[in-house]
Amino acid sequence: MEKELKEKIPLLEASLVSKRFGNTIALNEATLVCQPGSIHALVGENGAGKSTLIKIVAGVVTPDSGMIKIEGHESTIQSPADAARKGIVPVFQELSLLSDLTVAENIFIVNPPRNQFGLINRSKLKEQTEALCAGLGIEHLDPNALIGELPLAQRQLVEIAKALSHDPKLLILDEGTSALSVQDVEVVFRMIRRIRDQGRSVIFISHRMSEVEEIADTLTIFRDGEDVGSFPMGTVSHEEMVRLMIGRNLDQVFPPKPAPAQEREAMLKVEGLSWDPKLHDINLTVGKGEIVGLGGLDGQGQGELLFALFGVLRGVKGNIRVDGQRVKIQSPSIAASKKIGMALIPEDRKTEGLILPMSIGSNAVLTVIDRLLSQFGLVDRSKESKTIKKMVEQMQVKLESNNAPVRSLSGGNQQKVVIGKWLLTEAQIYLLHDPTRGIDVGTKQEIYQLMRQLADDGASILFFSTELSELVGMCDRVLVLYEGRIFRELVNDQINEEEIVSAALGLNSTRQES
Amino acid sequence: MVSKMNSGQRPGIRRLIFRHFRVLIAFAIMFALMGVTASLNKRFFTPAVITSTSNQSMTLIFAGAAQTSVVITGGIDLSVGSIISMCNSLASALFIEPADGEPVNIANIIFVVVTVLLAGAGAGLINGLIVVYGRLQPIIVTLATSSIFSGIALFLRPRPGGYVPRIYGDILTRRVGQLLPENAFGAEPMGLMAFLENVFDFIPASFIFLLLVLLVVWIPFRRSRLGLWVYAVGSNEGAAYMSGVNVNFAKVSAYVLGGLFAGIGGLFLTAQTLTGDANTGAVFTLQSIAIVVLGGTSLFGGSGGVAGTIAAAIALRFIPNILFFARVNPLQQPLWEGAVILLAVAAGASRIFTVRNRLDTMR
Repeated sequence: MEKELKEKIPLLEASLVSKRFGNTIALNEATLVCQPGSIHALVGENGAGKSTLIKIVAGVVTPDSGMIKIEGHESTIQSPADAARKGIVPVFQELSLLSDLTVAENIFIVNPPRNQFGLINRSKLKEQTEALCAGLGIEHLDPNALIGELPLAQRQLVEIAKALSHDPKLLILDEGTSALSVQDVEVVFRMIRRIRDQGRSVIFISHRMSEVEEIADTLTIFRDGEDVGSFPMGTVSHEEMVRLMIGRNLDQVFPPKPAPAQEREAMLKVEGLSWDPKLHDINLTVGKGEIVGLGGLDGQGQGELLFALFGVLRGVKGNIRVDGQRVKIQSPSIAASKKIGMALIPEDRKTEGLILPMSIGSNAVLTVIDRLLSQFGLVDRSKESKTIKKMVEQMQVKLESNNAPVRSLSGGNQQKVVIGKWLLTEAQIYLLHDPTRGIDVGTKQEIYQLMRQLADDGASILFFSTELSELVGMCDRVLVLYEGRIFRELVNDQINEEEIVSAALGLNSTRQES
Repeated sequence: MVSKMNSGQRPGIRRLIFRHFRVLIAFAIMFALMGVTASLNKRFFTPAVITSTSNQSMTLIFAGAAQTSVVITGGIDLSVGSIISMCNSLASALFIEPADGEPVNIANIIFVVVTVLLAGAGAGLINGLIVVYGRLQPIIVTLATSSIFSGIALFLRPRPGGYVPRIYGDILTRRVGQLLPENAFGAEPMGLMAFLENVFDFIPASFIFLLLVLLVVWIPFRRSRLGLWVYAVGSNEGAAYMSGVNVNFAKVSAYVLGGLFAGIGGLFLTAQTLTGDANTGAVFTLQSIAIVVLGGTSLFGGSGGVAGTIAAAIALRFIPNILFFARVNPLQQPLWEGAVILLAVAAGASRIFTVRNRLDTMR
């Protein structure tokens, strides 16, 4: 009797957990109940709050409010080490492996086997690793290989093996399979089924819907920081799941789209572009005055594609044509030159977009400084200040002084400087990598207006966004990438959230193609 | 099984070469310069020249080992030279000169050695505690403590001088054969005994001392959990923390180890010069950084070790010899040293051409 009761107690119960980061509400009274002996999938859009909840459970992030019970006992989880003591072991997307150490050293880093002198017993370390790997069905891993020498997929397996070496009660896999091939995914699935069958639990986060359907017993859907539904697997349809994941009305924040043009003159034409192993045979065209969206889940090659076009990557194969001319772009300075006229708004404005300690003015003119020289080759101060003024007015940057460090601006205003400094170059092709990430709604709207204005003036825009509503609201066409290929091209009324989500998950159209 | 084909795993020897590429370059340079020296100096393979080469390299080797310990964590120690000076001055201040006719005070020598080692390790401990708990950058912390340790050295030994027992110097700087009791291999050694006598006459005591230090200090460190943690912290501090590594402990320990090596360097320098001088260590700070890099330890931390540093230190010591025998103006010595260091570092970094994301070469 008592035993039966005990089995009903959830292994993990997180109730009404909230967390804010600055002005962003990452989690809003979210609840998650995890039963022992089950595989529990969490799904939702990027930024829906899954990862934040997981980080709270794993002791990486402290919640603002809410309660966490482990096996019925209220607990506070203070650190990753504390979580491990309580039996919760996460495998995060950002790998926790040390690339200069070997597989075996990584797995047993906290407690390696030692001899009577207290020194690490190398042969025993190797044996223990081999035994662990054999038990997990990954005996092909070489314990003495350096992590840095291994491909991502094998690193991912090591990461999971390392987590399992702690004998967790609750294993958390946050996109733990995203780098794995189908066969390796099977290996991981076998591991986690074994854990479940031992009465322990697994929380499984994946953007691959087919994997979720194959492995999970229970499913919880997150949206905008809240849990919007929890179901036994198989009781909800695809359509229902996608509807719950999106579930909101498209805000009226986007400028009206022009009527679909018949034939646009191609501004940027990419033929057979590959960059092993991230990009495969990419063909795309961006017309003059067109905004083309890049959709898909995180890490399907969108960022690499923008980098490849902008000359950041070495060893890119394929042809790039700008305005009909074949060009070779071997560095960002070539890409930004007048001849090619490209601009990249990078993903991380703090490291790639701006030089934070430098003044707003200096950041703004960095791209065009060689156009502001006097006849003596020195920077012409009056031209410079005119240029800065032009940028500040055009972008409506709210600032106290041009000389203040750009770091002192808010996120939205920083992003305006990033965009503004490229507008000064009068580029014709804009590559945008999530340009509205972490920015307030008002500034977002301004950026949308600006994008449409640029397009109307004839610029070509390739726009990668992880926010579905943006792709739907802004784009004349959307290319959805999946595992480094263009999986689908969506046009006209196909540009809606359902279609993008389905394509992003590698599913075919949600509706029957007619 | 599935991903074995593209696993990037290399079989035995090729993998070893790939992994230790930069260390092997350091050894290659050392042997090349040794070859040049030997070809210029007919007396190179004589006990006297071998021993003086070993002695001349030794303090730099220990300075390099000190620097390596810290650099592995991703830090840097600009106080290595000052700790050497401080330890040298301290030793010369603590040795007691026996009265005429009195025997050498062995207890005093042991006391000096232990105290100096503790002083060196203590200096490292101070560096480590400030870096870790003050959350300050190693370069600026050790620049400041470098001045402090120099100040202490000057306080202990305002002017060069002081007494150092001759026997202490002899034990560390002569040849093993000279230290063994007379007729250790018999009065008129024959066969094997004669051979052994010759061999021991060739081996510098400083070389044995270095092996002893490696055996007692470096190898246990490298093979302990602590050593693993120090490399882990240098490799990726965040990931190490997430893996449950005691990051602070590992970092402080690396600085202590560095201080200890610098202390050993100070002890050796004292034996070599038989005097105390508060400015004698200064040259070793920058040279130690040069040989650490030359020896294949990444300034970003996480990889490398003392072996490459030793090879690089010896290589660097050959340069003045070569210039001397090639009759190059000694004033040009820094020029050639710089050229060799640049070439060597460039060779070690040649793999950067395989990096495919240009942004990665800037990170």
